[in-house]
Amino acid sequence: MIELINVSKSFTLHNQGSAVIPVMQGASLKVAEGECVALTGASGAGKSTLMRVIYGNYLAASGRVLVGDLDVARAEPREILALRRETLGYVSQFLRVVPRVPTLEVVAEPLLAVGCDKQAALDKAAGLLGRLNIPERLWSLSPTTFSGGEQQRVNIARGFAHDYPAMLLDEPTASLDAQNRETVLSLIEEAKARGAAIVGIFHDIEARSRVCDREINVSEFTPGMAA
Amino acid sequence: MTPLLQVKGIEKRYGARIGCADVSFDLFPGEVMGIVGESGSGKSTLLNCMAGHLEPDAGQVIFDTRADGPVDTVTMSEPVRRMLGRTDWAFVHQHARDGLRMSVSAGGNIGERLMAVGDRHYGDIRDRAIDWLGRVEIEESRVDDRPSAFSGGMQQRLQIARNLVTGPRLVFMDEPTGGLDVSVQARLLDLLRGLVREMGLSAIIVTHDLAVVRLLADRLMVMKSGHVVEAGLTDQVLDDPQHAYTQLLVSSVLQV
Repeated sequence: MIELINVSKSFTLHNQGSAVIPVMQGASLKVAEGECVALTGASGAGKSTLMRVIYGNYLAASGRVLVGDLDVARAEPREILALRRETLGYVSQFLRVVPRVPTLEVVAEPLLAVGCDKQAALDKAAGLLGRLNIPERLWSLSPTTFSGGEQQRVNIARGFAHDYPAMLLDEPTASLDAQNRETVLSLIEEAKARGAAIVGIFHDIEARSRVCDREINVSEFTPGMAA
Repeated sequence: MTPLLQVKGIEKRYGARIGCADVSFDLFPGEVMGIVGESGSGKSTLLNCMAGHLEPDAGQVIFDTRADGPVDTVTMSEPVRRMLGRTDWAFVHQHARDGLRMSVSAGGNIGERLMAVGDRHYGDIRDRAIDWLGRVEIEESRVDDRPSAFSGGMQQRLQIARNLVTGPRLVFMDEPTGGLDVSVQARLLDLLRGLVREMGLSAIIVTHDLAVVRLLADRLMVMKSGHVVEAGLTDQVLDDPQHAYTQLLVSSVLQV
């Protein structure tokens, strides 16, 4: 479902003496349906960079980044938008929303974007918010005023609203209490069971060993840091 | 899929100075494209050339019309282009007073566009005007007030209602949130996003506010000195800018 073939990435800082910083080289990996792969490596090794290359917000310098049939490294913006709408979900560490939109609609939005019936979308959103212990009295408020942990759970609910065939998870269990962590882990297990291919970053070793089938150490792809 | 708008090699010069040059792109139905760049970079010139307010010196602006399919709007006759401007196109000006008739009531401002496309039943026109005032969150009781009695944010929302009442397929926006305070901006952004999704609109938004494009635009074009220096998916251009000027632009934003 997700396949990287010999991908490299570097940043050119034009305004700082045109310094070229190579951050990734020869990255290849393959994630099948129903499989969850953890990215590991020290901070700065390029775990998040790799995820962003897959999601298409970092432009790969060379190589192929295949999600389904689409090569993200070469696709047109509208192809990537369609991919993100239907196929590839991303749970980032930060919630970014339009101010004033109620939490329930923030969570339902990915479903509405794929043409789901409004009531069905809101029902599913409500179910997820309930499972993630966001009190019902907050659902009609914008999440911008929520606490950090609440925002993160809203973000997770939104990320799991649509059943994406491929998902990227950036520390989904960070800073969650035991009960919510358990809920997130079961959401991941359910996604795997329905056949989603998942790439994740988990600093929580216990969570990693429970949901992940394999680990990939991204240090192997870091130029000058090859293990 | 046929692009809704195909822009090919648009160029506009002011004497020896370049307004914009060599701009080409395709816009597909339902897409929202942002154009960013500093003042004087040619973004408004480009927008006005595409919307038929300025005549480009070279290039084509091909719009997929309902009746005849793709037609070059630069070479079409003035009356036909004006009709397009009242039906399938809409233009939201930065200053609401440029897009409104300040001496006509709010309801009249919305109704005028309906009458221009042939609506004649006064009761229906008034009902639709009131419906649109509600959609842009202006109270029904203000329908007979003149826009000069409205706040800046309300005038801008009225301008949007006036533009969208005829169900256009392409909306040009020139700094739609410029000059509004941030709370009003947020409200307007939320409104625009909802309307874009519900009505399946395509839009081209000129702005210098990167936060606005991140929330509203799917795609982004960065202009400098009349030329497009970078284009792509909005978050890719903002998170991983390739061109020196884009890097400067992104790194110059003040963090809140």
